[in-house]
Amino acid sequence: MFLLGNDAIVRGALEAGVDIATTYPGTPSSEIGNTFHEIAKEAGMYFEFSTNEKVAMEVAAGAAVSGQRALTFFKHVGLNVASDPFITYCTTAIRGGHVVVVADDPSVHSSQNEQDSRYYALLSGAPMIEPVFPQECKDMVKGAFDISEQLSIPVLVRTTTRVNHVSGPVVLGDMRPRKGKVHFDKDPMIWVPVPLVSKMRHPALLEKLKKAQELTENYPYTTVEGPEGRTGLGIITSGASYGYVKEALRGLPYKARIMRIGMVHPMPVKRMAEFMSSVDKLLVVEELEPYMEMWAKIAAKDSDLRLPIHGKDLLPRAWEFSTDIVSDGIIKVMGDKPPQRKSLLDMKLPDRPPTLCAGCPHRATYYACKVATKDEAIYSSDIGCYTLALLPPLKMADIFLCMGSSVGTAAGFAKAQDRPVLGFVGDSTFFHSAIPGLINAVHNKHRFTYVILDNQTTAMTGHQPHPGSSEDGMGDKAPTLDIERVIRGCGVDWVEVVDPFDVKKTIDTIKNAIAHKGIAVVIARRACALLEVAELREKGVKIEKYHVERAKCKKCKRCINMFACPAMYIEPDGTVAINDTLCVGCGVCAQVCTFGTIEKAGGGGK
Amino acid sequence: MNGDGGVSSSKGHEKPLNIQLVGVGGQGVILISNIIGWACVKHGLNILSSEIHGMSQRGGVVHTTVRIGDVYSPIIAKGEADVLLAFEPLEAARAAEVISKKTEIVVSNRPIVPFTVGAWGQKYPPVDEILSALRGISGKVVAFDAEDLAMKAGSKVTTNIVMLGALMGLERLPIPPDIMKGFVAEKVPKKFVDMNLKAFDLGYDATKGA
Repeated sequence: MFLLGNDAIVRGALEAGVDIATTYPGTPSSEIGNTFHEIAKEAGMYFEFSTNEKVAMEVAAGAAVSGQRALTFFKHVGLNVASDPFITYCTTAIRGGHVVVVADDPSVHSSQNEQDSRYYALLSGAPMIEPVFPQECKDMVKGAFDISEQLSIPVLVRTTTRVNHVSGPVVLGDMRPRKGKVHFDKDPMIWVPVPLVSKMRHPALLEKLKKAQELTENYPYTTVEGPEGRTGLGIITSGASYGYVKEALRGLPYKARIMRIGMVHPMPVKRMAEFMSSVDKLLVVEELEPYMEMWAKIAAKDSDLRLPIHGKDLLPRAWEFSTDIVSDGIIKVMGDKPPQRKSLLDMKLPDRPPTLCAGCPHRATYYACKVATKDEAIYSSDIGCYTLALLPPLKMADIFLCMGSSVGTAAGFAKAQDRPVLGFVGDSTFFHSAIPGLINAVHNKHRFTYVILDNQTTAMTGHQPHPGSSEDGMGDKAPTLDIERVIRGCGVDWVEVVDPFDVKKTIDTIKNAIAHKGIAVVIARRACALLEVAELREKGVKIEKYHVERAKCKKCKRCINMFACPAMYIEPDGTVAINDTLCVGCGVCAQVCTFGTIEKAGGGGK
Repeated sequence: MNGDGGVSSSKGHEKPLNIQLVGVGGQGVILISNIIGWACVKHGLNILSSEIHGMSQRGGVVHTTVRIGDVYSPIIAKGEADVLLAFEPLEAARAAEVISKKTEIVVSNRPIVPFTVGAWGQKYPPVDEILSALRGISGKVVAFDAEDLAMKAGSKVTTNIVMLGALMGLERLPIPPDIMKGFVAEKVPKKFVDMNLKAFDLGYDATKGA
């Protein structure tokens, strides 16, 4: 089979007989959930898109404590959200294996930070393994369930974008039977960590760590390769970096012995010391923080080894590696000079950043807010497609910190300064973690306008359902939570729902909301353009596109500067035109143009 | 690295074949690298491929790599691409760091102008300038309008299959074109098989012997 790393993770869990899988979608882990969403029913297991990662962890913990095998997965920052239950959970015990996949994103291809999740293994005590290739994603995840059951603790599987989003050949294995329904044997002295209990759980965790230490020293995916006998250079590496080391050495004149670490917590310090005693100097090749380098130094000190240990002195600490970067690091550690690699193409190229789609309802809402506030406002943003509004010409995102932060930071801005404050949050992010902040805003009498950009899906990560959807993770019909009722239930009295494609009404509503002396919530509701267009195409409905009457265009560029639909562009004579391949016929531009030069092209699309 | 990067078979420890694919979200780049991957695995070849598509559905850049042979990482080192398959000319230029004299470049020369040209006042260089710059680096550049060929085949949605045909026309992949065609026929909806195979042939003819 040719499998994506993420799909190999799914297969590994299925082969291990996983009973329950939980997640909140986040790149680069999103495809794991998409695949479970497709196959869970057929596989006879349970899968859910939980409201957020903390809930995903708790749901799976309940099942694993009972004796089922559980898988929880999310991106690196998802573990921040889940860290509260997770860290205490690791001090309890589990009866079924629980594997937690955490997908780091070096070079932040699609994230808000570049954190290194290996420190969560240290903080929680949970063992952590790192696969490299799709085959290992399957096999190591499968094996992780056994480790978890053996030690009675959740096992972390750390991946990076270049592991999740790499495809390669995978040989499938046998499927183990699932446990199905189990009987939970109560034991409050394990699972009710009041101080009396939790005090005893810390030593219990330390006992497990001792056993884990034996396990890591014999872990089959921790391997040593390279020339026999004493060698000049030793390299300790793990994860995607292992691949770069192998590729780099192929093009270099040096011999090196490589120790690939398969389990990065606990680190196999005994084997590392043994390895280090067979080489003259060591280079630790790892992306992001000097985690293994720290352990190499500890191992060397404890075994009284005096070899030079290099790592972050020669290799970058920020951003992902490549074969070239690792090659330069190896050349430097050998005392040579890396080659200069200058670009062969000397040409200034225009950027092509991602942007809100043509026909995106969020763009229409942003336009209305820009007009209503005369752009004299603070925009407290959040995580989703709509964060793309930070780019010019919209420039309507001034801050975000994490999922759901928009409502809290909006309150702070409103306290600290006098310009009006608008918060923006998507529907999925609202359910994820904006609700406590909203309750806080009501109770503490904060004054700002909160705009829910409700496109009825989790668009950014690939249109997964959320509590406001009519479908659940199993693909079954599910109760649809009404955002308006939730907001009223939080104590907000001023709530209005608008269709952002009705531009005038949306502008008026935003103006009224800003004038309200208290918290005002505007729900701007319209389905994601990608879904709406796909649905129209499926039904065979012809999309009526728009065009600009170029003779009437006043070249004012209001549409380009305040709305900036990617389907619109400027002709060499300065008039605006619409690309008819990209236009999806939303008609908002026709409401934006104050001279009435934009109208339906007539006859529909080509 | 002197122009002999080609491999007739990627088994054993011969030099891997490195293919970089670039394009814009929505052009079907990832599907093509997946088809190559499935075909390679079916053909018993080792392969690693990588995709970056965080937010690409929203009109951003899509990069995928395909490496066939004795490989440990999907990432192509600077100047080490044997083939650059570019679905759009600007994106061919943006991928310049992986190309060198040995790289064979296939590029669809129809520009997709990014919004930054209108909204940010950035300049899209003339396509001829991009092509001549690429010709200045690489020994072989084949340029044609893939969308135009796709329309001839029946629909512009087959543009990516035109590009796959064009890749096969270079005769660098250790897979016979007929086997790849069989794979395309398997992977596209039944009623569109003929159209896609025609698109494949048009792409194949565009680079075969070029």
